[in-house]
Amino acid sequence: MADGLEPPPFEEEQEQKEEDDLFSDAKEKPSSPDTDASTASNPESNADGGEVEKKDDDEEEEKKDLFDDGGGSEIKLDSDEEEESPTSDDAHRRSGSGDYANPFDSASTTAAVAPAATAAASASKEDVTPQISVSQTSTSSASKVSGTSKDSREELENGEDENQYEIKITVTEPQKMGDGMGAYMVYRVVTKTTNPVFRKSEMSVPRRFSDFLGLHSKLAERHPSQGIIVPPAPEKSVLGMTKIKMSKEESGSADFVERRRATLERFLNRTATHPVLLADQDFKEFLEKDSDLPRATSTSALSGAGVMRLFHKVGDTFEKIAFKMDENDEWFEEKQQQIEALDQQLHKLHGSMEALVAHRRELSQATAVFAKSAAMLGNVEEHTTLSRALSQLAETEEKIEAVQKQQADTDFYVLAELLKDYIQLISSVKEVFHERVKSYRNWKEAETMLGKKREAKAKYEVLNKADKAAQVKQEITEWEGRVEKGQEEFEKLSKVIRREVSRFEAYRVEDFKNSIVKYLQNLMENQQKLIKYWEAFLPEAKAIA
Amino acid sequence: MSLQDGVDDSPDLLAEDQETRQGRSDTVDLTDTSLMVDISDSLSERDKVKFTVHTKTSLPQFKKPEMSVVRQHEEFIWLHDRFVENEDYAGIVIPPAPPRPDFDASREKLQRLGEGEGTMTKEEFMKMKQELEAEYLATFKKTVAMHEVFLQRLAAHPVLRQDVNFEVFLEYEGDLSVRGKNKKEKLGGFFSRLTKSVDESLLSGQKDVDDFFENEKQFLIEYHAKIKDATMKADKMTKVHKNVADSYIQISTGFVLLATIENTELDKIFTRVAELLEKARKLEGRVASDEDLKLSDTLRYYMRDSAAAKDLLYRRTRSLADYEAANKALEKARTKNKDVPQAEKAQETCCKKFEKISDVAKKEIAEFKTRRIAYFKKHMVEMVELELKHAKAQAQLLKNCISSLQEES
Repeated sequence: MADGLEPPPFEEEQEQKEEDDLFSDAKEKPSSPDTDASTASNPESNADGGEVEKKDDDEEEEKKDLFDDGGGSEIKLDSDEEEESPTSDDAHRRSGSGDYANPFDSASTTAAVAPAATAAASASKEDVTPQISVSQTSTSSASKVSGTSKDSREELENGEDENQYEIKITVTEPQKMGDGMGAYMVYRVVTKTTNPVFRKSEMSVPRRFSDFLGLHSKLAERHPSQGIIVPPAPEKSVLGMTKIKMSKEESGSADFVERRRATLERFLNRTATHPVLLADQDFKEFLEKDSDLPRATSTSALSGAGVMRLFHKVGDTFEKIAFKMDENDEWFEEKQQQIEALDQQLHKLHGSMEALVAHRRELSQATAVFAKSAAMLGNVEEHTTLSRALSQLAETEEKIEAVQKQQADTDFYVLAELLKDYIQLISSVKEVFHERVKSYRNWKEAETMLGKKREAKAKYEVLNKADKAAQVKQEITEWEGRVEKGQEEFEKLSKVIRREVSRFEAYRVEDFKNSIVKYLQNLMENQQKLIKYWEAFLPEAKAIA
Repeated sequence: MSLQDGVDDSPDLLAEDQETRQGRSDTVDLTDTSLMVDISDSLSERDKVKFTVHTKTSLPQFKKPEMSVVRQHEEFIWLHDRFVENEDYAGIVIPPAPPRPDFDASREKLQRLGEGEGTMTKEEFMKMKQELEAEYLATFKKTVAMHEVFLQRLAAHPVLRQDVNFEVFLEYEGDLSVRGKNKKEKLGGFFSRLTKSVDESLLSGQKDVDDFFENEKQFLIEYHAKIKDATMKADKMTKVHKNVADSYIQISTGFVLLATIENTELDKIFTRVAELLEKARKLEGRVASDEDLKLSDTLRYYMRDSAAAKDLLYRRTRSLADYEAANKALEKARTKNKDVPQAEKAQETCCKKFEKISDVAKKEIAEFKTRRIAYFKKHMVEMVELELKHAKAQAQLLKNCISSLQEES
């Protein structure tokens, strides 16, 4: 009788229309292997034929994976790397795919049976990495960044052989050492590489969190002034760490630990992709040295050095405001504006992404609560088949809750963290821009001094003070040298930065592209899971009699 | 208010009727066409909703075979109260009164949106506004449907359809002059509810002579509590789901903006992702609203209907207590040999009343059950089908997007 309740608020015709959209979409974008191959075999400059062929194959394979319903979330975007040695490539590929499949699969399957916290904890203990694996970009050849603006590619090809060797770093086994406020986290850093500068092809060393910070501050001390963009270190979180220090069990802070582990791993891999940074002795030592590293003392947020760093930063900010350079270089002017705009938009999008993560987590909680309530209703329901259907509904909702939770994790690890990384990377980019301004200022100051000296010389000559004029003349030569050097340095720095920024852009394109595809694939797999769960439930609903 | 403009004579509202009426036939026997009621039109004004109640009948007590009157929510409540108060209907599960039209949530959201207008892009604002308008319209339609269902259940009930007040409600063209309750009445209503619940707890010790009713009572009390809980939890779930869908808007806009400043191949990818998210948002939003409609509302309706059935059992228990009291009084009178005929008469009335209630109630409870099971089945199946439809659409959407992204790279 009460059926009049049910008029759907959105009328059928609307839905029909929506569907039409969908199908017309499908028509617009036929996914025939032919077109696929033709676009793929549009070879970039230095890619040889064999490589192109391989790329095709891999993309085919990729497709198969895609359409395979029950398939894992394996994405082999990184597979068109140049193969150095088959064995190491295999090893890499295996670990690479493990990278992809595990965090979500294991998390979701475990979550289905165990409480969320333990699932996350177990996920973090295993060798899983819910993160954007940078290594895939590191191993892709420079030629792959085909779509990037012409000039950036030229810059990249400018004698760089950074992808000659493979290197893949994983950070695993986060462990809490010690107790109370003295407690700290130790991670195992495993490096697999074909690069002969390393002693072995596989290294495994224990490192404390402060070691990572120490490494970063050493890199950040030397390289940005040379125009090199140093990937940012993870933030020190006093709050999160205190929680870990205080908590007895590991499970309570599993989320935090996992997030940090993933961040550290991305930091190392990003660093390793850079030929200059990779060659840095401190970085090498960090990856290689079996024993403990000397304690980095200046990394504590509250230490004297930390405070000094803060002052230094504040000073820098003032400088940035105080000194405006007239930009003569169009390329720099444009890039700087672009980076500025990008920074803004990434911040905004990151905020929206975080909101989505929060909402999705809330949804999964609400679904769990409803599932429980539906199970209770099923218990009191006296009618047998209806009672059964309600209990089954509760179970279905529980599975959906797991999907939603996993989706929230993907939202977070695949997109939100990527955006956050790039927001931080952009601040590193800005830093090298600032280095360039500083260098420009040095040059210009030298020029001003030179001008003054010349004026002084002219004055002395008018006044006939030959001795002083001679002295000034000497100074002039000295300043002339400085001006020249300043200019040289500025030009050199500009050149390096140009290359660095183009490199950054190329990696950014790859990173975003891969992450987005990966994200969408995960979304799709989750929809397929939903389909599976609802399809399993449908007969139960129909069986009510 | 612009929201209401679109609602005034919403054509979809009418277009929908055909389908819904057909749907109703599961639970309401519409083979009997002697009295058919529907709400042919509804108009939302600032603080009230006017429903046009349209009746077609072949029953002799009506003056005309077809009529239309304008009624407001308060008049529906008035009608419901008349049924509840009427002792003759004590054995009947009185169809639950429709809930008061409540658009405060939508209005509040719209206001908040207005305040936040500066913080978002124009497009974002428009999308959010559209979402809110759709939400408002959905709430409105649901309200109308609830009022309609109330009348249709009355019209289909063999006893209730004969009621004089119902006839007046359907036929009288003027106001019924029941505009809301004044303070005193509200207070009175509060007290009567209070006495009822006190009475209910006093009567909870009353052992029933009939096992059937004793069991039903236990069942309904527990069932009502559980379904009330489930309704609340389902509401929360759909509400949060809606938030998830809405947060796609900002992300989609974020990607559009990123695309505009992008000078690499990413701009195409970003644009595509933005388009995808926009479509996915609509699907996700539909999942939320369909869950609300098929799941939450099913639970809600039976929360109310089980309350009505519980009330019926309360009335019966009350009557049983009265009957037993009358028995005792009669015994007392007989031993004292005083006022025996009066006591006998009272006892007889109570007995008859009780027996009549029990008799009717048994049938009513059985009907309540059949109705409930059919209703749950229908709506659960429909919900799952919609869930499947949306999930499939979304999976397809994503699949297309992924392959097109991969083709491009």
